[in-house]
Amino acid sequence: MKNWWKILTVLLLVFTVAVGMLSDVPRLAILNETIRNLYFHVPMWFGMILILLMSVVYAIKYLRKPSIKNDIIAHEAAKVGILFGVLGIVTGMEWAKFTWGEYWSNDPKQNGAAIGLLIYFAYLVLRSSFAEQQQRARISAVYNIFAFAALIPLLFILPRLTDSLHPGNGGNPGFNAYDLDSSLRLVFYPAVLGWTLLGIWIVNVKSRFELLRQRIYENV
Amino acid sequence: MRKITKVLFKEVIYLMQKDFLLEWRQKYAFNGMLLYVSSTVFVCYLSFGLRSNALQVPVWNALFWIILLFTSVNAIAKSFMQENRGRLLYFYSIVSPQGIILAKILYNACLMLVLALICFVFYAFVLGNPVQDIPMFLLSILLGAIGFSTSLTMISGIASKAANSSTLMAVLSFPVIVPMLLMLIKMSKNAMDGLERAASLDELLTLLAINMIVVTVSYILFPYLWRS
Repeated sequence: MKNWWKILTVLLLVFTVAVGMLSDVPRLAILNETIRNLYFHVPMWFGMILILLMSVVYAIKYLRKPSIKNDIIAHEAAKVGILFGVLGIVTGMEWAKFTWGEYWSNDPKQNGAAIGLLIYFAYLVLRSSFAEQQQRARISAVYNIFAFAALIPLLFILPRLTDSLHPGNGGNPGFNAYDLDSSLRLVFYPAVLGWTLLGIWIVNVKSRFELLRQRIYENV
Repeated sequence: MRKITKVLFKEVIYLMQKDFLLEWRQKYAFNGMLLYVSSTVFVCYLSFGLRSNALQVPVWNALFWIILLFTSVNAIAKSFMQENRGRLLYFYSIVSPQGIILAKILYNACLMLVLALICFVFYAFVLGNPVQDIPMFLLSILLGAIGFSTSLTMISGIASKAANSSTLMAVLSFPVIVPMLLMLIKMSKNAMDGLERAASLDELLTLLAINMIVVTVSYILFPYLWRS
C-alpha cells in the first residue's frame, strides 16, 4: 500500500469538514459559531510553516548535492507555502471581521504574516530574474535559507514581545492553556495533519509534473 | 583550528584595509551618500514646511529611520556591484569567501555608522532634536548600523548576481529588514521619550540575537554564492 497517506489525507479532511461543521462547540461570548474557523485558519499556518520548512530543507539539500530534483521540490514547496499563507490570511481576516470588528487591525501577527508573504514573493521574483538554470537554483536556494532565518524571529519572537489580539502573545496564555477544550482538540489535531498532508500531496504532484516537463524539454 | 582563525582574521583585516583605501582614493560612494543623506533630509524639511521642533515625536522618529533605511540600501548595494569581474576573480583565487563576507560586513557597518551619525546631526539640526536620552539613541543608531550592514551585505551579494540588481535589492531587502527596523524604531522611541534604560533591554537583546542569526547564516551561505 504505497498511497496509504493519500487515503489518510482524504479521510482526515472529510472528517474535519463534516465533524467540524456539525459537532457541538463550546458557546463563548463574541466567538460564538466562528470558533469553527479554528479547524481551517490555524492549520493553514501550521501547514505553511511545515511546508516552507520542507522548502528550506530541500534548498539545503540542493546546496550539498546539486540536482534538478531538489531545486524543483524547493520551488514548488515555496509556492504551496505561499498558497497556504494567502489562505491563512484570508480566513484570518474573515474571522477578525466577526470577532475583532476589523478585517485588518494592525495586529503584530497579521503584519508578520504579511511580511512573511512578501519575503516569499521576493523569492519568486528573484527566481524569475535568472536565465541560467544552475545559477538560478543555487542563488535562490541561498536566498531561501537566508529568508527563512529572517522569518523565524518575525513570526515567533517579535509578536510575543508586543501586545497582540492573538492568543499566546503579550502575556496572554497560548490557547492550549485555557480555552481549547477536548472536543475542539478532537477535530483540531486531525485538521492540522490533514491540511499539511494535503499540502505535501500538492507539492508531490506538482514537482513530479515539473520534472516530467523538464525531461520532455531536454529530449525535444 | 586556531591557525585557521588567525588566517581568517588576517584576511579580514587586509580586505577591510583595501576597502577603506579604495574609498579614500575614490571618495565616490561616501561623498555620493553624504549628498544623498543631506538632500533627503532637506527635502523632508521643505516638504513638511515647518519651523524647528514642530514635528511630532513618532513622526520624527519614523522619518529618521526611513531616511536611514533608504540611505543604507543605496550605500550597501554598491558593495558587490562596484567590483569588476577581474578583481573578483583575483580575490577568488587568493582569499576565502568567509573572509570576504566578514570584511564587507565590518566595512559596511563602519560606513553606515559614519553616515548615520552625520545624518542624525544634520537631521537634528534641521528638523529639531526632541531626543531626551542621547546616549541611548546613539546606541540604537550603532545597533542599526550593524544590523543594516549585516543583512543588506548578504542581500547585495545575492542581488549583484541577478540581471536588474537595483530593483531586486529593494525587493529582497525590505521584507528581511522589517523585524530589525521595528525593534530599532521602538528602541529609539524609548530613548526619545527618555524612558528608563531597562525598558529597552528586550529590544536590545532581540536586536543582538537577530544580528547573530543573520551573521551566522551569511557566514555559512556566502561560499555557495561566491562560487558562481
